[in-house]
Amino acid sequence: MSTNDESPSVTPPESVEQEGSFFRDLTGVGANWRSAVLVPVLAVFSALIVAAIIIALTDIDALRLWGHDPGGAFSLTWHNISGAYSSLVVGSVGGLRAISETLVQATPLILAGLSVAVGFRAGLFNIGAQGQLLVGGMFALWVGFTVHAPVYVHLPLALLAGALGGAIWGGIPGLLRARTGAHEVITTIMLNFVALRLVDYYLKSSWFQAVGRDDPVSKSIDVSAQLPRVFGFLDRDDVRVHLGIVVALLAAWFVYWLLFKTTIGYEFRAVGLNPRGALYAGMSVTWLIVGVMAVAGALAGLAGADRVLGVLHRGSPGFAGTLGFDAITLALLGRSHPWGVVASGLLFGALRAGGQLMQVRTDISLDLILVIQALVVVFIAAPALVRAIYRVKTAREAERLTTGWST
Amino acid sequence: MELQLRGITKRFPGVLANDRIDLTVRSGEILGLLGENGAGKTTLMNILYGLYSADEGEIVIDGTVRHFSGPGDAIAAGIGMVHQHFMLVPVFTVTENVILGVEPTRGGGILDMENARRDVREISAKYGLEVDPDALIENTPVGVQQRVEIIKVLFRDAQVLVFDEPTAVLTPQEVEEFFGILRGLRDAGKAIVFITHKLKEVLTISDRINVLRRGRMVGERSPGSVDEATLAEMMVGRPVELVVQKGTAQPGDLVLEVDDLVVTDDRDHPQVRGLSLTARAGEIVGIAGVQGNGQTELVEALTGMRSPVSGTVRLMGEDVTGFSPRDIHRRGVAHVPEDRQHSGLVLGFTVAENLILDSYYAEPFSHGIRMDQSAIAEAGNRLVADYDVRTPSIDIPVSNLSGGNQQKVIVAREFSREVRLIIGSQPTRGLDVGSIEYIHERIVHQRDAGVAVVVVSTELDEVMALADRLLVMFAGRVVADLDPTTVTPADVGLYMAGATP
Amino acid sequence: MTVAVPAIRTPAEIRRARRLGITYLVLAAFVLWVFGVGSVGDGAASFKLVRPTDRFKDFPNLVVPAAGLAFVIAAALAAFGGIQLTRGFKKLSNVVLAIGFALFIFAFLGWAAAGKSFSLVGMLDESVKRSVPIALGALAGVMCERVAVINIAIEGMLLGGAFVAAVIGSQFGNFWALVAATLTGMVLAWVLAVLAIRYRVDQIIVGVVINVFVLGLTSFMSQRILASNPHLNSTTLLRPIKIPLLGDIPFFGQILFQQNIFVFVMFVLVAGLTYGLFHTKWGLRSRAVGEHPKAADTLGINVYGYRYLNVMLGGAIAGFGGAFFVQGSVGRFDENMTAGKGYVGLAAMIFGRWHPVGALGAALVFGFADSLQGKLAILQTPIPSEFLGMAPYLATIIVVAGVVGKARPPAADGQPYVKE
Repeated sequence: MSTNDESPSVTPPESVEQEGSFFRDLTGVGANWRSAVLVPVLAVFSALIVAAIIIALTDIDALRLWGHDPGGAFSLTWHNISGAYSSLVVGSVGGLRAISETLVQATPLILAGLSVAVGFRAGLFNIGAQGQLLVGGMFALWVGFTVHAPVYVHLPLALLAGALGGAIWGGIPGLLRARTGAHEVITTIMLNFVALRLVDYYLKSSWFQAVGRDDPVSKSIDVSAQLPRVFGFLDRDDVRVHLGIVVALLAAWFVYWLLFKTTIGYEFRAVGLNPRGALYAGMSVTWLIVGVMAVAGALAGLAGADRVLGVLHRGSPGFAGTLGFDAITLALLGRSHPWGVVASGLLFGALRAGGQLMQVRTDISLDLILVIQALVVVFIAAPALVRAIYRVKTAREAERLTTGWST
Repeated sequence: MELQLRGITKRFPGVLANDRIDLTVRSGEILGLLGENGAGKTTLMNILYGLYSADEGEIVIDGTVRHFSGPGDAIAAGIGMVHQHFMLVPVFTVTENVILGVEPTRGGGILDMENARRDVREISAKYGLEVDPDALIENTPVGVQQRVEIIKVLFRDAQVLVFDEPTAVLTPQEVEEFFGILRGLRDAGKAIVFITHKLKEVLTISDRINVLRRGRMVGERSPGSVDEATLAEMMVGRPVELVVQKGTAQPGDLVLEVDDLVVTDDRDHPQVRGLSLTARAGEIVGIAGVQGNGQTELVEALTGMRSPVSGTVRLMGEDVTGFSPRDIHRRGVAHVPEDRQHSGLVLGFTVAENLILDSYYAEPFSHGIRMDQSAIAEAGNRLVADYDVRTPSIDIPVSNLSGGNQQKVIVAREFSREVRLIIGSQPTRGLDVGSIEYIHERIVHQRDAGVAVVVVSTELDEVMALADRLLVMFAGRVVADLDPTTVTPADVGLYMAGATP
Repeated sequence: MTVAVPAIRTPAEIRRARRLGITYLVLAAFVLWVFGVGSVGDGAASFKLVRPTDRFKDFPNLVVPAAGLAFVIAAALAAFGGIQLTRGFKKLSNVVLAIGFALFIFAFLGWAAAGKSFSLVGMLDESVKRSVPIALGALAGVMCERVAVINIAIEGMLLGGAFVAAVIGSQFGNFWALVAATLTGMVLAWVLAVLAIRYRVDQIIVGVVINVFVLGLTSFMSQRILASNPHLNSTTLLRPIKIPLLGDIPFFGQILFQQNIFVFVMFVLVAGLTYGLFHTKWGLRSRAVGEHPKAADTLGINVYGYRYLNVMLGGAIAGFGGAFFVQGSVGRFDENMTAGKGYVGLAAMIFGRWHPVGALGAALVFGFADSLQGKLAILQTPIPSEFLGMAPYLATIIVVAGVVGKARPPAADGQPYVKE
């Protein structure tokens, strides 16, 4: 511990840089409301602007025009950008189908985002959501076509199986971190790869593979395991929104209650803010780390189950998509808070849904969404940058009294 | 050569760390720079060393004003600093650490280790600083590491050597050796600045003494013309009570019994080697000793943070050896840890959340796993009032509080329960005088209420003033059980060094 | 500061050494039973050591009785185990581990190829080729982590380098492609450096962000621009160069001295970086910056400067490595063509204990496992190829968990330096 030589008996705060304090600053744990709301909003705003610039810069036809017809070039560029963004809006909230699509996309994002956020709260970086998704999805899948029961038994069972699979896949790195200190970033990335290969293998195996098929596609799940459509009575195939959204919202509420209203959440947060202090307070840090990773894994597993039970109704190699990594963006954007994650999830669901329309109407591919996402994280991840641009005062500026190295 | 600091002023947000300080030191003398924690000594030296830049004032060497834009300039000007926390790379050898930054090369940037080793040996021999040039720092003891730090500055032809609290981790015997080295350096023509807050040492070794208080230079004395009490008064600004007000103790039943305890550290080295002690209700047992003789591991074993290898710990007759922190805590044991920011508090939690850190899991603060916010708030407000914690509200992060108030939060939490035993580890480290007095007061208060108190402290003055019974720990054992009113600090020092008077 | 007593071996180290010894014995038993007894009667494995295109194309095959080979290797492993449990290998520990591992693989190959013919030279050649991006990625990681900056963005640097190499190479030729790829890596590294060093953002998150960003951007641009402009996406390949004389040595010549420029650069880099890190001023200071930045700072060393320098150097290496996917492989850019090799490089860096030579060794192992996957199908072994594909990742987890020796990164790894 460094003796803080420069703290006279007056009251300046003794702000020693605790281990991982920038991690917490970045992930929003312990932030005041101003920085928790303002920074994400500004980040999204900035990202959309930069994305528009990228659209402009990659429009080769418009670029060619600049030489001899600036007016025409400008209007072409403007046409492209406004076309893209208007499609985004229409495709995400312009009508029942759009809203339904937004919710469908948002649901697994919210669950996976909750998974990463819970980890962040305890000071753990759960990059392994992708693998946990896959394993959870496979578990749910298996229950989906193996068990035969009425829907009010079958569906919860399948969901539970998904959560269980994810919990196991999250618990392993948690156990390794707690027992051996192995950094969860490395172990979870490795397990992601392992999960991918396991999925490949099992989808081709006799347990999973659909009868009569040669490619790695699984059997279909029973109807009783499918998440029922919310608007099923409308009989519209394009309104896909299903009960998963309810599951996701319930999960968010559960995480909120767990983190802030229970002793377990108190312990999770203590471990995230100060593991030694937690030990001193009599908490079992080992088991807490395992617990956090298991809960995070369960949430990711639910996300995987949601994909399988709600939309796909069977398994194929890419069923997880890039959910695991999108989840990281979400958790950061949502400042590791359940409601923030829900809001971010809805936003990204909207971008995805709108992106589909954009891809159809303009020639801008869905990858733009990935770019926007990445930009959002960039802007979140450099709070100093955002602050400099928009001059947002946050609490930390007042207490820059660090004394340097704290050993 | 003559080094002068003229009118040095340095401001940090909200704090005036150095206020127009003048200081002079010449070749062939040892200047003692005396001041409390927070007086501005280290800031001043960091300015001298080029790590900070002064807002006003100048540095003058042999009549020429110098500007340092970094340590490199200061080193080039002949200023060498031996820091309080050693600046040595553990995985490098002695030689590599010495040459870092001024490496001898054979062209093309290739290191010339042969020459380097030879130079290290030369300096080592010349000034009596025995080291093995190829030893890895992480395998060498503290005393050797300090010698390496000295060789480092000598390797750079330092003419002025600045030592910041160099004796913090040395036994009285090692301090004597160190002083011998200092005298040798002085006689060889070096100028030495010796920074400390220890009165006895500064009187022993300095040729001149400068006293710093609250960022100002308050006076210069020569050691022959001043005594400890006067120096202390200059340091603090008012007459200082080196005693704690307390009546005689009335020891009662046996509360704590430790029998032949053996505890190992994280690297499986035994740090407590067969230690036995007792503590009774209504008495303060002080444990003195130089840092690193097993005190930390002893406290960890007593509070359940570490499992002993063998031996027993008994609380009120019950064997609690190896129990978890929570179980020991439930049996009425309070713990004020030596590292309040890393062990005693969760800085990101609010004051209220920290006040229940030890009891959040039980009634009345939670029912099952559900927490009761109003009960928490009520208790929080009550404790903050009772223990005089200066905070605008109980819902702000505890990191916003000053060190003294943070310690009060810990004390409020620990002392407000029904306890039978309090274990305090360096309870007043890094605190201002007001807070120190307050905490000592509360400890005595608890003692008078019949609690057994064990205070572990490396500050000999504190532990001698507080304790009713004084134990000395050396090499993992209790080597003396003394009466603080009759024994002299010098004798205690000898025990601390493993000797007997 | 440590009040450390010079101990020869702490009890924790003894436990680890014992675990290693038992591991050797277990491996020996496995080899004996599965590979040895399991191949009795299956005949001899015939390893081809040269290719039909080589100078010495009539060099005889290495024919080993599978069972016999296994028995011998089992005995050797048992011996290792015995020595490890009693005296231990001290300095040679890592070398012996590498040898033991190689022997195990050899026994495995003997068992798998029993009674058949198998091109050993082909497989090792392919291993070296496949290890290139991993090794270059690992070296980039070593450069960064030695100055205490965690670089998760290796994947992004590889991918970015590949994209730029494809586009520039199609228009301006391969030399400029390599230059541009290297510069791309440096630019991305500069972004990482600024955010991590100057703005002190969490380094892992910055790395992940850069990866996501590069993936998104290159995929987007590949779709938008390259798909409709194929002339922007077709380069020539850099053919293998044969070193005269050395390249003709049977077996080793083919593997080591007849490779393309990426492989040679890889070897040169490993040698150069090893020497540089441990025998030059730059190396000493860089390592100090990574282990104890404050100490370096107080000695007048420019901590920020060294961090920037080494991170960008690492980025350059990674960018160059990205070009391998194009000019060293398929001659064009495909979306997400790096497919996680950057992360494997990270694993190799850890596996190789943050040492350039170790990183190379680990990369070779991973490349070997990669090429083994394909060959096993040909040999019709009962092990599913997916499980073999998992092996490097599981191995990394085992290493990181410290089961086999302690994996210790530079002490200040991942911590931003705050200078007053």
